[in-house]
Amino acid sequence: MKVGLFIPCYVDAAFPEVGVASLRLLRYLGVDVDYPEGQTCCGQPMANAGYEKDAEPLIHKFGGLFAGYDYVVAPSVSCTAFIRMNYPRHKCRVNAVDIVEFVHDVLRPAGPLGRFPHKVSLHNSCHGVRELGLSSPSEQNIPQFNKIRDLLSLVEGIQVLEPERKDECCGFGGLFSIEESAVSRQMGCDKIRRHAATGAEFVTGPDSACLMQLSAAARRLGIDMGFKHVVEILAAGL
Amino acid sequence: MSTQHSKKAAAFLKNQEYTAWHDATFWGVRVGRDNMAMGLEEWEQLRQKASEIKLHTLSHLDKYLEQFAGNAAKNGVKVHWAADADEFNSIVLDILTGSGVKKMVKSKSMLTEECGMNPYLEAHGIEVVETDLGERILQLKGQAPSHIVMPAIHLSHHDVGELFEQKGISEGKGNHDPTYLTYRARLSLRKEFLSAGAGMTGANFGIASTGEIVVCTNEGNADMSTSIPKLQISAIGLEKIIPDYDSLAVFQRMLCRSGTGQPTTSYTSFFRKARCADGEFHIILVDNGRTQWLQNPAHWELLKCIRCGSCMNTCPVYRRSGGYSYSYFIPGPIGINLGMLRSPEEHQGNLSACTLCGSCQCVCPVKIDLADQIYAWRQEWPAAGKKLICSVMNAVYKNEGIYRNFTGIAHLANILPAPWLPFYLRFPRKPFHSLAHDEL
Repeated sequence: MKVGLFIPCYVDAAFPEVGVASLRLLRYLGVDVDYPEGQTCCGQPMANAGYEKDAEPLIHKFGGLFAGYDYVVAPSVSCTAFIRMNYPRHKCRVNAVDIVEFVHDVLRPAGPLGRFPHKVSLHNSCHGVRELGLSSPSEQNIPQFNKIRDLLSLVEGIQVLEPERKDECCGFGGLFSIEESAVSRQMGCDKIRRHAATGAEFVTGPDSACLMQLSAAARRLGIDMGFKHVVEILAAGL
Repeated sequence: MSTQHSKKAAAFLKNQEYTAWHDATFWGVRVGRDNMAMGLEEWEQLRQKASEIKLHTLSHLDKYLEQFAGNAAKNGVKVHWAADADEFNSIVLDILTGSGVKKMVKSKSMLTEECGMNPYLEAHGIEVVETDLGERILQLKGQAPSHIVMPAIHLSHHDVGELFEQKGISEGKGNHDPTYLTYRARLSLRKEFLSAGAGMTGANFGIASTGEIVVCTNEGNADMSTSIPKLQISAIGLEKIIPDYDSLAVFQRMLCRSGTGQPTTSYTSFFRKARCADGEFHIILVDNGRTQWLQNPAHWELLKCIRCGSCMNTCPVYRRSGGYSYSYFIPGPIGINLGMLRSPEEHQGNLSACTLCGSCQCVCPVKIDLADQIYAWRQEWPAAGKKLICSVMNAVYKNEGIYRNFTGIAHLANILPAPWLPFYLRFPRKPFHSLAHDEL
């Protein structure tokens, strides 16, 4: 099984600890993971803004870099979802999986993972829920499940809570946050208040972009909470 | 980088108390819808079925339209075809002037809103009285609907109380009790029903196999509008035709559950023929762009919409920006899309009003991929304001050297004061790609 790690541009630049935790977690679980050099961005920010065509060279660059891998694993649900939903249109075939999916569905660890003796509020990112199927969408009448929660249950000492409106959007949305800054801010503030209301010390989720949006809202409102990507918790102390 | 929608949304959000109320009110409707959806074991199968019936009907629309019109004619109904809004309005005017009608009562119809019928008729000396309570309130206030199912939900009972005092519908001053206001509206509308020369309805469905119009209301006003005057007119968009009662049974179970969180509307009224021997029943089938939209390979499935409004109620942007922030008369995810079908030049300013969260397409009872459609429109009508930033990002990302230089010095941006850095990003000294080697 050949596994390539994709660390999206904003994680690379702003949240390197999430990349480090991804590597540690995968290696702890016995995966011989590659990190192909020269990777940058999957093209999502430009495409969501209406410039998918202009991002085509990036899409093909990505496809070339990750050709031959059985799995391209990334700690970011929106990038993974973008690749899965849109790359086939450009005849670019890579098997992109989010790290939560990969660990939950492919590696299926039974034993304990990290140790994180804290109360955390789970942020179910939209593209994880509605495009990758990490959890059952609150809108649908299907059996309830949550792969993130399943994995967090393997972490020692953790208490996992969910906010009211468990999968309502945080309001980031890429360039949405700039173009519709007032609505975006409002959504972020509403969301972080619900996370805070759980009484949790940390917010965790499968996408650092959502966490970045929520941490900005927390700062604005003076809410004192920590923000950890799911892999940081799964790999805590490994 | 602001848009028509974002500017209006920012103004809407200035009133925080109202914003919180607006969001909570529509979320409440979403929760009501969820309770209904979770209460039916076969809900997801019903959505699939409903979507397939629409797919079938729209792809055989010529056949079903002819069947509908033929059966309606057999029932003695006068069937009219309107190519556009102007033709529709003039057909209505001709029918009314032909019968010497000076006043028409009307139950809720977004199609007449689409065609601008009320102002047209009023300009020709015909009084049109809305009888749906929400629509009546808006008519008295001179406003347009802010939502397609709950048109006046943006107003409080105090707003309505004051309006009724001004218009002499309430007696005295200060009684803003909703039950009282409803009672006064009822008394005032009674007079209108009794004195109108014609009654008009919209249509939730047209049944091809019987030639009937089906109207779903909670107030019974469609029945009042059509039970007193001898002349009835129903306006229906071409896409509202469905094959038969079996298909109606699917949609009827979903429309109200999705839209308002009720198992059914209080009244589901079937209109098949004129109500009395000397009465007349006219049905006007309105195209107004629909056959053209049906030929749009990327967006024709938007015609599946049954106008339940559930995509608005769940939309986190709609709930926090209100119906009037959108330039098209239908707001929310379906309105963004229908506005683009109508006139992209005029309505592309709504395309920003979406985070692509996808909640709309998970609630849609006919499974329209509303968010994916918005994504597609953005590609077809890329916003000029975002071109520069996208070009810069593309240039940086295409070249690893530049990318590495950028990410390598990103931490220098940390000295910028907070307002200059979106999201309070703080960059570390070393990006991940510089650390990866040590880790591997």
